[in-house]
Amino acid sequence: MEHISYILQQVVNGIQLGAVYALIALGYTMVYGVLRLINFAHGDVFMLGAFVAYFLISKFGLPVYLVFILTMISCAMVGFIIEKVAYKPLRDAPKISLLITAVGVSLFLEYFLSLKALFTPNYIPFPRPFEIQTYDLSFFVITNVQLLIFIITFISLFILYLLIYRTRYGIAMRAVSHDKETASLMGVGIDGIISFTFIVGASLAGVGGILYGIAYPQINVFMGIMPGIKSFIAAVLGGIGIIHGAVVGGLIIGLCEVFVSAFLSSTFRDGVIFIILFAVLLFRPMGIFGKRIEKV
Amino acid sequence: MRFFTESKWFFFITIIIYVILKALFFSGMASSYIQQIIQYAVIIALASIGLNIIYGFTGQFSLGHAAFYGIGAYTSAYLTKILGIDNLFSYIPVLMACSVISGIIGFLIGIPILKLKDDFLAIATLGFGTLVRVFFDNSDKLSDVLGGSRGFVGIPKITNLELILFFTLFIVVITRHMINSRFGLFWRCIKDDELAASSIGINTTNMKLKAFTYGCMLAGFGGAFYANLYTFLHPSNFDILKSIDFLIIVIIGGMGNITGTILASFIWVGFIEGLRIILPSEILDIRWVVIPILLIFIMMWRPYGIMIKKTK
Amino acid sequence: MKVLEVINLEKNFGGVKAVDDVSFFIEEGETFGIIGPNGAGKTTLFNLISGIYTPDKGKIIFKGKDITGFMPYRLSHIGIARTFQNMRLFGSLTVLENILSAVLSKRPYNMFQAIFRTAGYLKGEKNAYKMARELLDFFGLNEKADYSASSLSYGEQRRLELARALATDPTLMLIDEPGAGMNPKEIGDLASMIKVIKERFSVTIAIIEHQMNLIMNISNRIMVMDFGEVIITSTPQEVKKDKRVIEAYLGEELD
Repeated sequence: MEHISYILQQVVNGIQLGAVYALIALGYTMVYGVLRLINFAHGDVFMLGAFVAYFLISKFGLPVYLVFILTMISCAMVGFIIEKVAYKPLRDAPKISLLITAVGVSLFLEYFLSLKALFTPNYIPFPRPFEIQTYDLSFFVITNVQLLIFIITFISLFILYLLIYRTRYGIAMRAVSHDKETASLMGVGIDGIISFTFIVGASLAGVGGILYGIAYPQINVFMGIMPGIKSFIAAVLGGIGIIHGAVVGGLIIGLCEVFVSAFLSSTFRDGVIFIILFAVLLFRPMGIFGKRIEKV
Repeated sequence: MRFFTESKWFFFITIIIYVILKALFFSGMASSYIQQIIQYAVIIALASIGLNIIYGFTGQFSLGHAAFYGIGAYTSAYLTKILGIDNLFSYIPVLMACSVISGIIGFLIGIPILKLKDDFLAIATLGFGTLVRVFFDNSDKLSDVLGGSRGFVGIPKITNLELILFFTLFIVVITRHMINSRFGLFWRCIKDDELAASSIGINTTNMKLKAFTYGCMLAGFGGAFYANLYTFLHPSNFDILKSIDFLIIVIIGGMGNITGTILASFIWVGFIEGLRIILPSEILDIRWVVIPILLIFIMMWRPYGIMIKKTK
Repeated sequence: MKVLEVINLEKNFGGVKAVDDVSFFIEEGETFGIIGPNGAGKTTLFNLISGIYTPDKGKIIFKGKDITGFMPYRLSHIGIARTFQNMRLFGSLTVLENILSAVLSKRPYNMFQAIFRTAGYLKGEKNAYKMARELLDFFGLNEKADYSASSLSYGEQRRLELARALATDPTLMLIDEPGAGMNPKEIGDLASMIKVIKERFSVTIAIIEHQMNLIMNISNRIMVMDFGEVIITSTPQEVKKDKRVIEAYLGEELD
């Protein structure tokens, strides 16, 4: 009985973490879908979300819903700017140049914010906007933080699905994902769609950042690196470029991480995630939901 | 004999440089800090040549080169400290062991990883690099002397100018001979068009693995020399920023250009250390912002590198 | 002797049968033409024979040996060479280096010999250079030997690709649309060149082409493909007259 309880608890914890990973993974997968680019800087947008929220709460004492909205807008803007300034000029350059630039942007964001003159490379406590409350459901406990994460993530995914499948922008994005040339021949404004993709992805990452800050209230300029890599692995696991793949992949990675921590040891936690990456890339590179691709 | 005659200019120039440097060091005109930096530049050149073989010649984009540099460093640090090595002769086998270990790990990682293309290869090497860094951070759980996130202290100082300069000379000559032979030619073919290369009879899997393993071995050598020069290691020395350092050097020096890599190493180390001297200590960490900005700038301006050889 | 035998070969790409139950053989010394509308599966067939794709079903037999599923580099060593429809030269290498790489793929020396510059290395390089120069000479590319391959004219690049394929000393050459983008004079030159290549190097040739006058002129037999299937395999005269072929090329003149 105790064992089941413990396991269920880990499942709840795993979904909590996985939800955040899913939010970040969506940004990776959508950008890869339209640009065939791994946006290395995406994890840092997640970090920015946490930091902007930190500012809004601690310096301005804004109510929670406003924090979410403003953070999302800020992150969306950052995502938009990164694309316009760093990626767009290199759209016709060799792939490697784009990759290297993406890494450069990522490092720039991290180290710029870590400058002692500006801010700090140390950990900052994140001000939780409300008290933690635990609800005992006999088999396991769930906190209001976790409930918040589940609800917000669910709402975000719902809005995302509406966007992708019910609006012109979303349909256009999927078309560009499929076949950029044909889509542009059909009158789709490629630049606009790419910007749209970055904006949506960045907003979601921003939300993830806030939720992560609330759940694990120690933030730091380098906090985006590991979650960023893991979320990317989640996107690959689910099938890079596939929306529901990112969600499922995120949840799986979150669950794996929590379970390995709980049952093995936290030292191996990250190692297992990378083993998953290698396994996927070698044995099923198209991911869970992907279709097998043959080289031409 | 041809081994020496074909690269005789490299031997001559190295001897001249050695004489000049030795005079500088001896006369006291160069502080011990400068002496260390010069040796460090040679070490970086050595490791960067390794990355040049992997990426500049064979076109395999690796963001994890610092991991192999770190493996060489920690291995040498551990062996020299535990075995109490303090002289050149006993150091040689340790040096070889470090390079072999880095090479073997590179080989094993390479087998699955090199099947991947650009983006995914980048992520996989980045992932491996991060993994190794995490390993170093937790290394004190394996053996306390490794220090974990406290760092590894008390490493015997063995590296000196003669050792690093002449050893690198030999590596450069060996590398040049490989490059100016069917091996270098095949590597360049693979970089241009892997499919065509395999269609004309090149075992591309094999050749990519050779390049990768050799590059990792050079990184291992570099790391070992580094550990026994600075006598202190910290996991943060071997993270993504270090891998980016090597990458920048390879790009600036010109992909597929060994001499360029050596020059670029000196320029780069000089630049970074120069900033340390010029900048006031409060904004010293601006160096780490300059590096990515430079990287982005290079990519925008000259996506193919700065000192490339031009063919007609 | 049958140099190549293809038996019930099949290749699917996500539900589309690119190559559907294809069988044929090629005799030693023949020039075997393959024609068909775009998307008929011709290049896919070449990719299967040269090891780039692995067939889903069927067998490929080369000089009596089952080579199904062999890797491209191994097939090159056994004696199969190919050129590519969209030309895959090593752009940053010189013209000479392009050929040299193919010659050296026979691995005349190992890494130890290369590093220490032994007599074995020197001999291997000298012979390789000699053979490469001979080939450059034969193809009229000697003057451009030190130029980068990407700086050559289109026609010169095509010749270089043929030269590089021949540098591997093949028994069977798969030539994929060599005449693409050529004017009638160039096509005439190409036809003569292929004939001379056959005599000089004693190779068996399989050639995909859209230029009908070229392929009808030089082929001993022609195989027609459409929708991944073989429609007919026969002499050029027979193929010209065949109703199904005329249908597949609806509207095309076949003389």
